[in-house]
Amino acid sequence: MREIVVSFDRVSKSYPLYKEFRGVKNVLFDLTKHLNRRSPRFEALRDISFEVYKGEKFGIIGRNGAGKSTTLGLVAGVLKPSAGRVVVNGRIFPLLTLGAGFHPELTGKENIILNGILMGLTRREVLQKIEEIIDFSELEEFIDRPIRIYSSGMLARLGFSIVAHLDPEILLIDEVLGVGDIKFQKKCQEKMMEFRTGNVTMIIVSHSVGSISTICDRVMWIENHVVRMIGDPMEVVEQYCKQAGVEFVVDGNKVQTKTSTF
Amino acid sequence: MQVVHTGNRRSLENYRDLLLVLFQKEFKIRYKQKVLGYLWSIANPLANAAIYYFAFSVIMGIREENYILFLITGLFAWQWFSNAVGSSPKLFVGNSLIKKIAFPRILIPLSASLNHMVHFILSIPVIILFLAIHNAIPSVHWLWGIPVLLTIHLMMSLGLSLLFASLNLFLRDIERLVSILVHFTFYLTPILYSEDLIPPDYKNYIFLNPVAPLIISWRNLFLDGTIMPLYMLASFGYALIFFGIGYFVYNKLSWKFAEVI
Ligand SMILES: Nc1ncnc2c1ncn2[C@@H]1O[C@H](COP(=O)(O)OP(=O)(O)O)[C@@H](O)[C@H]1O
Ligand SMILES: [Mg+2]
Repeated sequence: MREIVVSFDRVSKSYPLYKEFRGVKNVLFDLTKHLNRRSPRFEALRDISFEVYKGEKFGIIGRNGAGKSTTLGLVAGVLKPSAGRVVVNGRIFPLLTLGAGFHPELTGKENIILNGILMGLTRREVLQKIEEIIDFSELEEFIDRPIRIYSSGMLARLGFSIVAHLDPEILLIDEVLGVGDIKFQKKCQEKMMEFRTGNVTMIIVSHSVGSISTICDRVMWIENHVVRMIGDPMEVVEQYCKQAGVEFVVDGNKVQTKTSTF
Repeated sequence: MQVVHTGNRRSLENYRDLLLVLFQKEFKIRYKQKVLGYLWSIANPLANAAIYYFAFSVIMGIREENYILFLITGLFAWQWFSNAVGSSPKLFVGNSLIKKIAFPRILIPLSASLNHMVHFILSIPVIILFLAIHNAIPSVHWLWGIPVLLTIHLMMSLGLSLLFASLNLFLRDIERLVSILVHFTFYLTPILYSEDLIPPDYKNYIFLNPVAPLIISWRNLFLDGTIMPLYMLASFGYALIFFGIGYFVYNKLSWKFAEVI
């Protein structure tokens, strides 16, 4: 039996429609309405059930606004489900991107420490790994400079290098594959492949059906806030592309949409 | 609705490191220009003191002995309060980290409040300098008075920060409200004037101003090494109340933070 590390059991998530609730004035005027607590909510996920096994590479695809990031938020524990049950066994390592988690005025090195500790490691543990992270990032002397001067590719390298070397248990990646130059992209791919064989569980949201189908063991397709399909990457991706009206080609072991090659 | 999450357990050492690293982050950013950063941070209350001295002592001829010293001993403590509370509504807004990682969000206001406190502590030498200029020296009562007032002041500003930072996520105009409130409070607090100048009929009303007993306590302690138990008790009471309210509101709302950022 494989160990389950993430399990969603009939999970729904709705967001409050705060737009008429943002000002003090509105609250005072609509107090009765708000006290009724029956303000309309927007359902971003409805009745989602799936399981992710230890060491599995689990892909999530779907159109913009389908609910992919919401799913990752629930896994990370930053969002609470409105209904259903979420079980997560293992420490979460989100791949941080531009804006979130990095502080522009701190140096690359200081950001590594900040990020590592935010993800639950102690300072000592981060310091043990910091050389490895810096080496992998190839940022060299830039590592001692404030990251506000980094290009977005350099930031992405830093972000990936951090999560990749902190012995992640459950790695969450939200649409950030394929950043950085091609050489670094290749390095990332290799590292991902290394994770493939290891015990690292990965949940990957990506619009690149090519990478999804090479990296993942299983793929979930979310459509209009519900699960449309879960299963073999090739099959799910094929259906997804067909539905989106995008032609895709199977070239040996690789899947590519015709449009994704520019 | 149920969540069983073992992924976000943290060791005590991690909590400590997290607080430390968040604290250092803010500290570094504040004192980025090192020496100049420190000078700037004391320049503001000093400049204010000079302006008030000019307006109220030189022009209007207020009769307070050693007025400049009187101003400075109150203004530094006020500066702490107003900086901490005035900037608190922005603590969570725009912090996209909250959307990505589950960590105890209270560490953000806590590290900010500690920063403001350290900042104040670093300005005490300036107060000593001005005492020396006026031929006065620190009192031995500082040894217990300062830690006690620091604790009360920290608790009060943390409580208010929790309250305003949390609420501002849901009601974005809290930010403006707070800045007006802080401005009002400044004039209602005996900083420019001594509480003795308040007409007897109104004198007890200063206990309705949560900040007044605290600022008066700071000034008395710095000026002549005394603390009036009544003022200290009142400020402690307010600190407890604000911390209670702030923590309660934070606790009720924190799970929704990621939804509204
Ligand atoms: N914090 C929020 N408040 C209100 N609605 C939200 C919030 N976050 C996402 N949504 C809505 O929920 C739906 C799903 O969003 P998301 O999970 O980000 O989609 P995806 O990542 O698949 O593009 C979208 O329609 C989006 O507008
Ligand atoms: Mg998304």
